[in-house]
Amino acid sequence: MVRIRVGLLGTGNIGTDLLIKIVDKSKYLEVGMFSGIDPASEGIQRARQMGIAASATGINAILADSSIRIVFDATSAKSHCAHAPLLKEAGMIAIDLTPAAIGPYVVPAVDMNLSAMAEANINMVTCGGQATIPMVYAVSRVAEVSYSETITTIPSKSAGPGTRANIDEFTDTTAKGAKVIGGAKRSKSIIILNPAEPPILNQHTIYAVLAQEPDQKAIIASIEAMVETIRGYVPGYRLKHPPFFDGKRVTIMVEVEGAGDFLPKYAGNLDIMTSAALAAGEVIARKILVKGVAQ
Amino acid sequence: MTQKRKIRIIDTTLRDGSHSVRHQYSADQVANITAALARARIDTIEVTHGDGLGGSSIQYGYSKLSDQEMLQAANQVIGKSKLAALLLPGIGIKEDLEIAYHEGVRVARIATHVTEADISAQHMGLAKKIGMEVVGFLMLAHMAEPSKVLEQAKLMESYGADVVYVVDSAGAMVPDDVRKRVSLLVSNLKIQTGYHAHNNLGLAIGNTIAAIEEGADVVDGCLAGMGAGAGNTPTEVLVAVLDKMGYETGVDLYAIMDAAEDVVRPLMQRPQVIDKAALSIGYAGVYSSFLLHTARAADKYRLDPRDILIELGKRKVVGGQEDMIVDVALELASVGKR
Repeated sequence: MVRIRVGLLGTGNIGTDLLIKIVDKSKYLEVGMFSGIDPASEGIQRARQMGIAASATGINAILADSSIRIVFDATSAKSHCAHAPLLKEAGMIAIDLTPAAIGPYVVPAVDMNLSAMAEANINMVTCGGQATIPMVYAVSRVAEVSYSETITTIPSKSAGPGTRANIDEFTDTTAKGAKVIGGAKRSKSIIILNPAEPPILNQHTIYAVLAQEPDQKAIIASIEAMVETIRGYVPGYRLKHPPFFDGKRVTIMVEVEGAGDFLPKYAGNLDIMTSAALAAGEVIARKILVKGVAQ
Repeated sequence: MTQKRKIRIIDTTLRDGSHSVRHQYSADQVANITAALARARIDTIEVTHGDGLGGSSIQYGYSKLSDQEMLQAANQVIGKSKLAALLLPGIGIKEDLEIAYHEGVRVARIATHVTEADISAQHMGLAKKIGMEVVGFLMLAHMAEPSKVLEQAKLMESYGADVVYVVDSAGAMVPDDVRKRVSLLVSNLKIQTGYHAHNNLGLAIGNTIAAIEEGADVVDGCLAGMGAGAGNTPTEVLVAVLDKMGYETGVDLYAIMDAAEDVVRPLMQRPQVIDKAALSIGYAGVYSSFLLHTARAADKYRLDPRDILIELGKRKVVGGQEDMIVDVALELASVGKR
């Protein structure tokens, strides 16, 4: 079968986990280049052992291969701002895993066919956003949500230097995503790092305040359906308790166990990010393939 | 005659003390307390929701006033005292800090869990840039070894902090724990060291004195011992003790006693005592702010608050994870039903 060639930028934990996911799980993608800027990176060694072309020349190695159609950028917000115009010029679609958010937010569970995707650069929001926004949306598609509040607790070990240096963007972007994609009128997001050993699982609490008296059955059914949708690409996503109501407020508690592809299982926050990016990449590849057949 | 050693007291009745009134201070109350503290010549007055700027939420409880309204009410009567605000990265954002500056805040207290100082770099950088004094707050400091506390304090120092605090958020330290951490910071930092106590084990005054004896120059208190859990160090008691011991605080003792007795006591919603839940917090080493949230969950799910708190301690839950109180309560309640 014909596959769409992709490039990966960034050879750290996220890039390496995504590489392994594409190689092991993808139906439509093949990795043409795995490129970072650190020649000593473990990720580069690992890619080469897997027989994948790897480079330490950053975006140049990707731009040099015009057969690459989609590029996953797992570097930093600052780097992605530099990469974005170059990728656009080269006609490559960018899936941005950094907080740069140059393109529109994409949460696959909310729009499985990326029907709203109009631009060649999409942003994966934040790991907290990928876990919590679908829950806000699950409520808002059946009841008006006047306010959403999401609490994301990340095991400290899985919060890399990028997340730490950009904690403010992480907090703010997650809240914005709950409005733009989740459909809440107002939103707040809280991020907590927990250093417990052994590490706790990544967990999220989602509060949604409803404009009217809730139809509890409809809301719970919508939440449960959404959990199943997410489990389609993040099998370790689950409700910790059945959602419960206090008047006009519904509380949803979820935890995310990672697949353990490269990152440890507790790092569900990173797994949901790479899984969502892969899911988006698959949809884009399918679109390219269908278009190709039509032409 | 030898010069008396100067100790700076930061009063946080209007921040940590907000927990005691479930963040329901009115504008009049904020103004009255601030004016009374200013009259007593308290150096610095901290004002915000108990969980800092942006803390008003479902997770931590809504405040009656917005951050801006609280700060405005305080700032107009603050006199020569300095206005401070707390911010926890991950809860408050940079924009909140800018708003606070606009409302007259000149001391930014940036708090992280004791092992997570690197998430304070952004906010400390901004606070410095706009011309604020920066105080680093290493919370739940009992959960890390002294060497780890020092490592994290040095990070904050490198981000521009002017003072770094050892914060006993759980009121779980005994004096020796305080001495080890504070003395290590005092001898290895170029900046000042501070200490913030909670009274869950009845040691707030004693631990604060231990910290000062080890070289801490800045310490916190709350009028009438308000504050999360069993409360903080009572400011008026601390002023009296320090005066007796020969330290210079610059605070007017009678005026600070009046502030506690005449302004704060009448508005207290519950006696600030070491009840069994507060004692369990100190014993289990859990964030003091969990007290009232735990009482509510225990009531709702018909559990003993101590069971919830001890389980939270076992899970090594950190500050800000108030949602885990309900998580634990739901689990304990379902075990009970089985």
